[in-house]
Amino acid sequence: MSNTKHFVAPVEETPLLATDSLRTDQAPLSLWADAWRKLRRRPMFIISSLMILFLLFVAFFPGAFTSVDPNNNCQLSNSEAGPTAGHPFGFTLQGCDVYARVIHGTQASLSVGVLSVLCVLVIGVTLGALAGYYGGWLDAVLARLGDIFFALPLVLGALVITQLPLFRENKSVWTVVFVISMLAWPQMARITRGAVIEVRNADFVTAARSLGVSRFGALVRHVLPNALAPVIVLATLELGVFIVAEATLSFLGIGLPASVMSWGNDISAANASIRTNPSILLYPAGALSITVLSFIMLGDAVRDALDPKSRQR
Amino acid sequence: MTTATVKIEETAIQDRPILEIKDLAITFTTGAGEFKAVKNAHLSIMPGETVAIVGESGSGKSTTALAAIGLLPGNGRVTGGQILLDGEDIAHASERRMIELRGSHIGMVPQDPMSNLNPVWKIGYQVRETLKANGRPDGPDDVARVLAEAGLPDAHRRARQYPHEFSGGMRQRALIAIGLSCAPKLLIADEPTSALDVTVQRRILDHLEKMTTELGTSVLLITHDLGLAAERADKVVVMYQGNVVEAGPSLELLRNPQHPYTKRLVESAPSLASRRIQSAKEQGVEAADLLVPAAAGRARDEVLQVRNLRKVYKLRQGMGQSTDFAAVDDVSFSVKRGTTTAIVGESGSGKSTVAKMVLRLESPTEGQIIFDGVDTAGLKGKELFTFRRRVQPIFQDPYGSLDPMYNIYRTIEEPLRIHKIGDAASREKKVRELLDQVALPQGTMQRYPNELSGGQRQRVAIARALALDPEVIICDEAVSALDVLVQAQVLNLLTELQSELGLTYLFITHDLAVVRQIADHVCVMEKGKLVETGTTDDVFDAPQQDYTRALLNAIPGASLLLPPAVA
Repeated sequence: MSNTKHFVAPVEETPLLATDSLRTDQAPLSLWADAWRKLRRRPMFIISSLMILFLLFVAFFPGAFTSVDPNNNCQLSNSEAGPTAGHPFGFTLQGCDVYARVIHGTQASLSVGVLSVLCVLVIGVTLGALAGYYGGWLDAVLARLGDIFFALPLVLGALVITQLPLFRENKSVWTVVFVISMLAWPQMARITRGAVIEVRNADFVTAARSLGVSRFGALVRHVLPNALAPVIVLATLELGVFIVAEATLSFLGIGLPASVMSWGNDISAANASIRTNPSILLYPAGALSITVLSFIMLGDAVRDALDPKSRQR
Repeated sequence: MTTATVKIEETAIQDRPILEIKDLAITFTTGAGEFKAVKNAHLSIMPGETVAIVGESGSGKSTTALAAIGLLPGNGRVTGGQILLDGEDIAHASERRMIELRGSHIGMVPQDPMSNLNPVWKIGYQVRETLKANGRPDGPDDVARVLAEAGLPDAHRRARQYPHEFSGGMRQRALIAIGLSCAPKLLIADEPTSALDVTVQRRILDHLEKMTTELGTSVLLITHDLGLAAERADKVVVMYQGNVVEAGPSLELLRNPQHPYTKRLVESAPSLASRRIQSAKEQGVEAADLLVPAAAGRARDEVLQVRNLRKVYKLRQGMGQSTDFAAVDDVSFSVKRGTTTAIVGESGSGKSTVAKMVLRLESPTEGQIIFDGVDTAGLKGKELFTFRRRVQPIFQDPYGSLDPMYNIYRTIEEPLRIHKIGDAASREKKVRELLDQVALPQGTMQRYPNELSGGQRQRVAIARALALDPEVIICDEAVSALDVLVQAQVLNLLTELQSELGLTYLFITHDLAVVRQIADHVCVMEKGKLVETGTTDDVFDAPQQDYTRALLNAIPGASLLLPPAVA
């Protein structure tokens, strides 16, 4: 009968390997190298990062794209005039060159976005990591503090803060950065806190502690680096969100002063002529959308690359 | 002539296997390309028979079983061969046909009882779901009957409970109840008891055997434990790298393994081993480099003494009330230098808490831990730092104990850097030496933990623990997560290192078979209390307590007699 037969496969078919031998055919890969390897093959990452590089170039060297001074070359005779040679996007109500204004507005939008994200990172990651790692009363206090700011809607909170005399009289990029960071750090703190809590009980942290690493040392050396992935993803996504926030505040007249070229201010100004010449509104709004879209696409691509579930070989 | 043919046909029908797998090949499509998980699998299960597939992780044993029930992951597909269920080829059957077959013809008991019951539904509802899907009566009495048959007492009440109110063993019983509720002809049990304590494992398997015998159900048992397979199955199929390398009647295969891989498995199966692993030196090999004077010269004093240790946790009961729970209760033992003491117990016995207190990661509520004549409770600052250097841990989970962001060099070098030992060059030399000691190639240094297997990571963890030349190493379930062969390799390494460096081990484990292989002394713990201590030989040969006896009897395959040449 076939079912009582003792079957032995020929040894040549499955040659016996050494137990638990090390695979040496591939180059060593750190988490970041691995993420980079995945990222650079993704079309979404390539497109969005090329767009961001282009935007950065525009922000740093606006002179390479236009020689027209956006503010001081306005002639009312050109008011709402259509595109002409050298002025491809036409003119605003005040007779300023739309193309020049859009190019020069890049700098303000990007700098508000980048600076706000940096501030949020410093405040949010520090507080979130301390709260998550040490827990106890520190966590409770910081969580409630965060909740207070969390409960304030951005526009409402910004209205209140910017009406303070100190801010009303010194409107600049920095006041906008301050307002956005004040109201946006709790989300970053929450994400960091969650990631830190997830990592802090890992065996490698216990192992480091029993090697003699101090409690704070373990946070800095082992916990934080392992909790950074969601933080980086959120930071990339928030960059886009903060640029929109700046435009919103400027549109409402509580953001950047009129002297600073910004898309939000231009959208606000173009609001008056939306019926007669909507293209004046379209160009700064389009630039804003493209910028935000590229950062959000980058954030999505980075999130996929850093997803720990995709990191099994 | 005609009658003879008819007769043959009749026998053929009676002898037709319930499940027959022929030349099965399964391919997975991954980001890195095609991967053949199963290359050539074949097995047959007769009605009422139990067949076990044995193999290490990645051998294709679970994949083969999942293919039989049509539940391969989305990126896997059958690329060759046949799966005949009662004569019908189901390798490429439609999803509709598979749904008909599942439950009523093929049942399944999954591996992890903790994650395979839906936590938001009552147990009774989850049983009813299966009954309903297969058109069986599904009233409360039917549900209770199914649960009662799986050995759950007070089934009516139990059916109204949620999974979190069940212990691991009870959940596995509930899953068995679900798997067998529609009296399938074939039950696939994928490592049904790997996550459970040995005594629970034994009871569950006994009950499963009884139920399937009564129902006449065939069982396809998937396990990594050769001892368990041989004890429970009529036939054993050994898989290695996607191929079936050997198959045959259990005892025959165990006593007379033919394929080199099976031989290797039989040699290192811990449940079948009968004595402590001996290092090369102890076996009488005279090698000058094995004799380290420091280790030989040390007196066998009691390096670690634990006296009346007690740890009480406060359990919150809501509304600010709490009750005391003694995780460790009046535990005393001592460890001689250069020997291995094992603390054995089931989950919840408090053995890991003892380890944490010895490592001073938790402080005891009462009692003393005396390391080299000094009470560790009084250590502060610099003294504690020195203590950390002399006592090192190795943890259970090889996937969790190494920082994924650190490469192997930084991981092993970290303790040296923290304790400010040597300069960069001498530290690198030390790391190279340590890698040699744990038999890893020096090219490992630049790699990251995710590139290593579980056993390799555990060897890195051992190298890191050895970096500071410690005297005592606390192994908390250090080999429990490893495949049998890799486990044997790590245990051998630990034994070699012990005789070479004069190390003292405190070995925390639930696996008595491992204790037998590595320990000189055993402490058996039950519910926080120490119930028995003694030398390994005494405890194994003449256990004094019922609990110890129950633990020993529950080692799968312990009762199988093997010729001394193999064992």
